[in-house]
This record gives sequence, structure tokens and C-alpha cells, in this order.
Amino acid sequence: MKKSVILGALTVAGLSAGAAAAGTLDDVKARGKLNCGVTTGLVGFAAPDANGEWKGFDVTMCRAVAAAVLGDATAVEFVPTTGKTRFTALASGEIDMLARNTTWTFSRDVDLKFEFVGVNYYDGQGFMVPKELGVSSAKDLDGATVCIQTGTTTELNLADFFRSNNISYEPVPIETNAEAQQQYLAGACDVYTTDASGLAATRATFENPGDHTVLPEIVSKEPLGPLVRHGDNEWGDIVRWTLNALVTAEELGVTSANMAEMKASTNNPEIARLLGTEGTLGEMLGLDADWAARALAVEGNYAEVFEKNIGEATPIGLARGLNAQWTDGGLLYSPPFR
Amino acid sequence: MAILSDPPEGPFRLSMLLSDTRYRSLTLQAITALVLALCLAYLYRNISTNLQAQGLSLGFSFLQDPSGYDINQRLVEYTSQSTHARAALVGILNTLLVAVLACITATIFGVIAGVLRLSNNWLVSKLMAFYVEIFRNIPVLIWIIIIFTIMTNVMPTPRAFRGDAATSSMLFDLFAFTNRGVYIPGPGFSNPFFASVGMNWLLVIAVLVGSFFGARAIGTWATKIQEATGDRPTTWYMILGVWLLPVAILLTVMGLTWDIPALKGFNFTGGIKIGGPLIALWFALSIYTGAFIAENVRAGIQAVSKGQTEAAGALGLRPGRIMNLVVLPQALRVIIPPLISQYLNITKNSSLAIAVGYADITATLGGITLNQTGRAIECVLLLMLFYLTASLLISAFMNVYNASIKLKER
Repeated sequence: MKKSVILGALTVAGLSAGAAAAGTLDDVKARGKLNCGVTTGLVGFAAPDANGEWKGFDVTMCRAVAAAVLGDATAVEFVPTTGKTRFTALASGEIDMLARNTTWTFSRDVDLKFEFVGVNYYDGQGFMVPKELGVSSAKDLDGATVCIQTGTTTELNLADFFRSNNISYEPVPIETNAEAQQQYLAGACDVYTTDASGLAATRATFENPGDHTVLPEIVSKEPLGPLVRHGDNEWGDIVRWTLNALVTAEELGVTSANMAEMKASTNNPEIARLLGTEGTLGEMLGLDADWAARALAVEGNYAEVFEKNIGEATPIGLARGLNAQWTDGGLLYSPPFR
Repeated sequence: MAILSDPPEGPFRLSMLLSDTRYRSLTLQAITALVLALCLAYLYRNISTNLQAQGLSLGFSFLQDPSGYDINQRLVEYTSQSTHARAALVGILNTLLVAVLACITATIFGVIAGVLRLSNNWLVSKLMAFYVEIFRNIPVLIWIIIIFTIMTNVMPTPRAFRGDAATSSMLFDLFAFTNRGVYIPGPGFSNPFFASVGMNWLLVIAVLVGSFFGARAIGTWATKIQEATGDRPTTWYMILGVWLLPVAILLTVMGLTWDIPALKGFNFTGGIKIGGPLIALWFALSIYTGAFIAENVRAGIQAVSKGQTEAAGALGLRPGRIMNLVVLPQALRVIIPPLISQYLNITKNSSLAIAVGYADITATLGGITLNQTGRAIECVLLLMLFYLTASLLISAFMNVYNASIKLKER
């Protein structure tokens, strides 16, 4: 009996792993829908709007891939995942790609057998505290109670930061961002820590955002990006180059407004290759020539997506910072379309 | 009188495997066993092929790696540099802690509510019926979250205790009730026998166990006298002495001190902290399972025939003694078996701890460790093994107890 219970559970894991075979592109085409893993709700990155439609920075990444592959930016099934369920969902084939503020780390890439296709947001872990505490540096947080989302790299960074500064803290592990927000606002913890972008997004939803401050220390490197399963390189290439297309378009000055005009009359060979009027890049990916143009038509290039969802004009108000083009002193650098 | 005789013995034919009742059951059992074995073999092959296809391998060496995360509620020494195995141990102890606490309080709630539900007082019995129906008909996860949410939102934050214009103050300057937990004075030793704190407490427990046997010996001695002379000697002061004196002497020699919690920095420090998640989980599990136990107790009491009560009444026993001496001992035989399943339920339901951030085994090994290492199959296997072992142990202990109170047939 004991044995059969154990084996039963093994099977569930085994069967679901079996679905994760190669050929994701064909699966997606046959299904007519892209299954994309997102957060359970982080305003600006991925959250349903008032009409129940998913909106956000990561959501646009999903839509761009769907547009490139299926020609329809709405053909996406958004699967909300928590920090704990996301990797199982991807490994089991429940989702085709994961765009969920996921930090690219060695062990996730190598040991968990995932393929990070690039970085769409360079982030770092920060701390948010109520202003009334009068704390001005994370090093003053000795003895504080800290809310963290469990199952994330922030949990480990937090332990490292406090240990290396030789100060103590008390962790309160929380499952989702929404719950963490409640706990923090109820005063059950003094500090909320997560990626600085997430803090800004969370703070934007507070009743009085001005009562809370994000401390200056950024205690970690958090390169966030979309990822797919190991072993299906064709699919990985499609997601990678969709992201690169958005970045390159910004670099080359291709926007959603001038795309049609550029496509008709550009003299720049790289723009022509990107938009499919020259060369056979789309064919190499197993798609048609217009794939990148369709991805760009969803919400425009990287800069447009950024400004529309999380930029300074939005309530989240993030500056480009590290996420500017390399030509503007940022880290965004796409390999050439050639 | 009709006598059924065996069918005539004949030479064995293959068709007799199905047509002959002597062989048919054996055949069916063999077929079932074969199908089951094939299923298991298929499942095993499936998982090993799939794991191989993904380039994954099963192994438990990750348990020896440093865990890298901190745990707020721990009964043993643990830092973020400890191993994953140690984190699992912390989780196991936390699970057992909340399970034991909840079993005790659920039994108390259950017995009180069950007995009172049979009360002749209309208001009391209806109140208890109300309690039972409300609590057992709403999922325990909801109760856990409701209680935790109320606690964090209604209780004052530690900040409220600060400064001259503090809106909250400590009870008797000893206890602090905050939305992060309850802080109570913690005992310590100024003159301990052992360097390790745990060893000192073990010594105290050993003395208490000695007192328990001492008290029992006095009880046996009193019964013997009573059987010989008919008079039971007064023993309460002896028993009180046996319980209190040795412990009091030991604690005085070791120099018992109390560590009073005080507001320092962001939180109270010193004393013992009973965290909010533990309280919410403990209370929710007790009050939820208590409702089920109340029904068991009521069923057990009603299973004792009314004639017993009436006969005891006719002998002149007071209602309290009728309950204690006549009804409950017989009712226990009916109550204990379902009570075992309630204890098992508490242990398993404690895995809902993650909802309020209590670091039980599901939250440490099955949550953070699983997540950070990605070793899902191994972690889930270990989790199942733990819950299975814990449940079987509880079952075994309770069955021993059940055997000791059941009707002895002589």
C-alpha cells in the first residue's frame, strides 16, 4: 500500500513531465493559442485591467510572441502562476513560455533545465518601509520583521544581506504579492522586500503611496526575463528573437507609428531585414517574413512598451535606468539582425 | 436439516478455475494482483523514461547543501547556513508542535461542547449546536485565514507600544499582545547544570516524570488500604507534595529566572514569542476539529443506555459522578476510534500552515527547499513519508490506549 501511494505520486510527476517534449512551435500552432505563464497580479507587469483583460510589460511579451507565431496578439491563454508553481508549470508543459519577473540564475538555467532567452528588465532587490519609521538605510533594519514572497530569489538575497551586515531580522514568508501587501499595510511586518520594480508597482496601488519609501540600497542583481524549457531550441529562438526584435526596433527608431512607412521606404538594410522586406530571417525561424512586424504592431518597440506599462508617465513611474539602450548608457543590447 | 457437502472430487480441469467456487476467488485475486503489478511497472517505467528524457536524476544529496533561507519559528538552532535537512527538521518539529497543541485543545473544546450539547438547559445546548454547525461546515483553511486576518488587523502593532503617547500597553508589564504574536516572559536558569538549555529542560521533565510515577504509587497504595480496611486515606496533600516539591527544589537550585519581553528596536525582544501564525493555526485547527470531536463525544454518551444513568441515579450518585464514573468510561469506548481519525486530521490539516506563513514541514521542505532546489519529486516523497509515519505513529499510540480502555472480556 505504502509503495503504491508513493508510486502514484511519482506517476503524476512522471506523466506531466512526459508532456514536455520538443516541438512546442507545432503544438502552439495546432492549438491556435499560446499558453503563457504570468504573475497572479502585479500591476504594470501583468494584471487584469477593469475589463478583465491582461495588461502589462510581461503580458506584452506574451502577446508579441503570439502575434509573431500565430498572427493574433489576442490568441494567448494567460496562466497565473505563483513563485512556487511557475517552474513546475513550465517544466510540465502546462505553459509554453514563462514571462513572470523571473530572475535568471545559474541553478535555474542549468539545474532546473530552463532556457532564459534574454533579459527584458534589469532589476535589483530593494526594501520598502513606512516613512513614519524614520529608517533611511537598509542597514538600520536590525531586528525588523520582513515580509517576503516565498519561493523567490529574494528570500536567499535577504538572508545573505542580513548575514553579511551582521544584523538580525525575522522573515514572514508570504505566498503572493497581494497577501504580502495586506500584511505590510496591517503592520504585521515593518519592511516589504522584493524587486525594486515590484516595490514601485505595489506602492502605486496603495491608498497613500507617499507614506511609504523605497530605501536606496539595491542588494542584488535581478535580471528578469522570459524563459522556456531546455531542449526545444527552435522555440527558444523564436521567443529570444521576438524580444530582440522589440529592443532592436527601439535602437533603429522603428515605432508602431512609423513602421508601415519604414517598411515601404527604408534604406537601412537592418530595418528591412527586421521588417521582413529583405532576407529570409522569418523563414529561418520557421515563421513567415512579417513575424517581427506583427510582434512590433502589438504595442510598439521596447521603449513604447516600457513607457506605456511601467514608465514615468504611469502610476508605477519607473525610470529607464539600466534598462536604457546601450547607446544611452543602459544595458539593453540586442545582437544584430543579420 | 439440509447438509451441504463438498462437490464430488474429480480430476482438475482448467475450466474449474472459473466455474468452481473453490478456485474462483483465487483466480480473481491472482488476476487483480497481476493487473496491479503491471500498472505499477508501467508507472515506474514511465517516470524513469521521462526523467531520463529530461536529463533529470533522482537523488537526495541536495539535503546536505546549505539552505540559504531563514525561518522565523524554530525550536532548534538554525541559521541560513544550516542544511536543507536541518530546515526540514525545523519544519517537522513545527508541524509536531502545532499538531500536539491543537490535539490537546481540540479535545478540551470537543469534550466540553459535546457534553454541554446534551445539557437540559435549552440555551446552552442550542449554543453548542450552533458552535458545532458553524465551525465544522466552513473549511478549515478559511478559518485559519479569518483568524489570522483578524489578528493582524485588530491587534496593535509593536509600534503602538512605543513612546509617551503609546496607544497600547503591556498586560501587567509582563505580556505583550501584538499583531505579530504574543510575547510572554520566558524562563531561564542562572545556575544551570548543563551548558545546553535543552538538557536542563530534559532534567526538569525527567523529574516531572518521576513525580508522575510517585503520584501513581500513592494512588495504588491508597486503593490497597481502601480494599483492606474500607477507608481511603486522604492523599491529596501527598500527591501535591510529590508533584511540586522535587520540581521546586530543582528549579531553585538551578536558579530559575524570568526573561521579561521588552520593546527594543522594531520588535519586542526577550521572553518567549508565540508567533501570530502559530496562534492562528493552532486556534483554527482546535476550534474546527473541536466541533467534530464534540459530535463524537455526544454520540459516545448517547450510546450508553439511559438505564445506566438511571441505575446510577437510583444508587444515589450525584450527576457529576454519574458522568465521570458511569457514563464517560463506557462512552470512551465509542469515542476513541473516531477520535483517532480527528487527531490524524489535525496533523494533516496542519499542512495548511503556509497560508499564514507558519514554517511547518510543508512550508520548509515542501515549499522553500523544493522551490530553491527544484527537487520536486524527492521533496514530495519525503513529505509523504513524514506524514505517513507521523499518522501511523499517532494511530499506533491511540490504538494502544484504545486497547487499554476497551471492554475486557474475561
